[in-house]
Amino acid sequence: MSNGYAVHQDNFRSWFMDKLLMGMSWPEYLKTLITPFNVIAAIVLSVGLPLIAVRFVQGLASVTHASNDYPWGILLGWGLFSGVPLSATGFVMATAYYIFGFKRYHSLVRLGVLTGFLGYLFAVIYLLTDLGRPWRIYYPMMVGFGTASVLFLVAWHVATYLTVQLLEFSPAILEWLKAQRVRKWAMMITIGMTIAGIILSTLHQSALGAMFLLAPGKMHPLWYSQYLPVFFLSSSIYAALAMVIVVSTLSARFLRDKTDGNFLGNLDNLTIGLGTGASVGIYVYFALKVIGVAHDDNWSLLNTGYGHWFLVEMLVFVLLPGLILSLGVKKRSSAIVRIGAFFAVFGIIVNRINVSTVAFNWNLQDHLHHIIPPWKETAIVLAIAMLHILIFRWILNRMPVLREHPDYRSSH
Amino acid sequence: MKINQTEPVGKDEGDGEKAPDNAPVPEQGMNRRAFLGTVAAISGVAAVGTAGSARASEDFSGWPNSYGLLTDLTACVGCRSCEKACNEANNLPKPALPFDDASVFDQKRRPDAHAYTVVNRYENPKDKNTPIYRKVQCNHCKEPACASACPIHAYSKTPEGAVKYNPDLCFGCRYCMIACPFSVPAYDYESALEPRIVKCTMCYDARVKHGKVTACAEACPTGAITFGKRDELIKIARARIEKEPGKYVDHIFGEHEAGGTNWMYISGVPFEQLDFPTNVPNKPPIELTKGFLSSVPLVFTIWPALFGMCYAALKHRDEADNDKPAQKKEESK
Repeated sequence: MSNGYAVHQDNFRSWFMDKLLMGMSWPEYLKTLITPFNVIAAIVLSVGLPLIAVRFVQGLASVTHASNDYPWGILLGWGLFSGVPLSATGFVMATAYYIFGFKRYHSLVRLGVLTGFLGYLFAVIYLLTDLGRPWRIYYPMMVGFGTASVLFLVAWHVATYLTVQLLEFSPAILEWLKAQRVRKWAMMITIGMTIAGIILSTLHQSALGAMFLLAPGKMHPLWYSQYLPVFFLSSSIYAALAMVIVVSTLSARFLRDKTDGNFLGNLDNLTIGLGTGASVGIYVYFALKVIGVAHDDNWSLLNTGYGHWFLVEMLVFVLLPGLILSLGVKKRSSAIVRIGAFFAVFGIIVNRINVSTVAFNWNLQDHLHHIIPPWKETAIVLAIAMLHILIFRWILNRMPVLREHPDYRSSH
Repeated sequence: MKINQTEPVGKDEGDGEKAPDNAPVPEQGMNRRAFLGTVAAISGVAAVGTAGSARASEDFSGWPNSYGLLTDLTACVGCRSCEKACNEANNLPKPALPFDDASVFDQKRRPDAHAYTVVNRYENPKDKNTPIYRKVQCNHCKEPACASACPIHAYSKTPEGAVKYNPDLCFGCRYCMIACPFSVPAYDYESALEPRIVKCTMCYDARVKHGKVTACAEACPTGAITFGKRDELIKIARARIEKEPGKYVDHIFGEHEAGGTNWMYISGVPFEQLDFPTNVPNKPPIELTKGFLSSVPLVFTIWPALFGMCYAALKHRDEADNDKPAQKKEESK
């Protein structure tokens, strides 16, 4: 008996070292953790995590500005409204690859799905931090059905889509765990899951914009439009393409040893291809926004303070990244495309913060003073974002995402 | 002028507590459902009417016989009796400054976690010596934006006119605060375990349900707040404006704003000078999201077929491409 137990324990130890410590022993593994980036991460977390604890013990008032006029701050403006469009990567890449047949992009599909899955997971974590009673998160599904609410739709869709994305990513987890039979099942549902992803994503990406439709009197007219759902959906598509460029660039730079030749060899070409798509997406979105201004005949508002900021958003944070992307594509320069992609991602964040924060209650006194986030809320946001990066890295280090698992190389 | 109102205006003989239910409106079933908007909005299909109601208009004109309040801003003297009565009737915490302390008027206040209603002071452009006072509280919209926003149905509109909030169904997303065109709901941010929305209840459970007048209307010594049937209040407001057109601006705020509210106002100066939101559309806010929500079932129905076809086309092309070399070989034979 004791012998059997020892064998079992030995198996577990080798499994643990292989899977979790990446084949190293504890001392070796711990030594690899001491890097400049990890030191910064430790500092960010040591400030932010205790503040999250304070928030749950003493209430939202202890860390946010707790305003009755500004019920949503940067936790949602950044975490939910910016996080979700930047996580459209899963749905966009899976659709391009499985439904439209962009087969050359194979090496980026898993990365896109993982980016999407973690993005949604963390959007929910930001939301749970901001909700007054997060332990009631399941209420829209089980207790009360506010079916006339756009947020009801968002709640259902984000929950469902999180599950869908976990299933979409599961082959990578199962390859890592060497669970071959289950993996086969997981592969069979790919197309169904991809189409489910399209349905859920088109609806909730646009729903995030539709949420603001209820507040026409409070939104600045340049950002309020009956086209808000279309704006949010169409910008999420180029956001996703740009985000895949960003994430793949960072992975190739900082996790080069976890990639394979297939990933690195194709990356520059694929980046240019994604850049083409993103630039087209930007031009479509830009045109839609112009239509929005024209539809409400808001031209005269452009020459006001808020109008100038609107023009900065449209020209500097939307059109300019598009032009940089086009230039990169024209010159076949993946470096220029990457600059455009980082810029475009930043522009998406600017837009979502503008809609959810800058344009909301713009006509209240001292508005711009009120929307400056308190440092504690900012520290919490930074800590959650850091956790996001660390978990992302943890997975990329272990699971076959940036590379193909040798056992399944020809199985696509 | 009526002092210390105790009976609702327009209260029918003997209708007591159940007044609104007696209303003989044939299309009520249809209207109520359309109003609740639940099925209609999520499925995007207007509630299917029964045979008797199939020809009913889809416009909801509010609960018949519902109660409301009319604030006559020309009569308010800023005594804050309503604030005091509200505070006591709802067992709210005592404020830092007593209710007869006029220094609170030095800055504009809003309803918050400790006060369902506040009175603000404004300079009177007609006469600098008699300032104007404005009472702020929930306007109890006929089709409330807060209820349209809530994903858990924590809000309900009672037939008596009050918009009720149920903290047991609230997870604290605060979307209702975003949606309210009058910025009324406040949040109890201080509480870690039981934070909730705080807003005027129209004294529903303790008073209005039993046919009694709200605490603020009862306490008002100048008759600035009149409680009664909404339809009657509109008539009263119109009559006052007609009688003294020089005294009032010709507008009842709340008759049409945001689809109509059960709490309405008449004023001697334009409403925008008293910080009333005058850019609120007249259609009920739920109309603004109906179009979007109606697209939801279409996407669920059409997308699988559309994208399934894209996938089928792709597969077909792949197979056709794979067949080609074989065909060519056969041809060359």
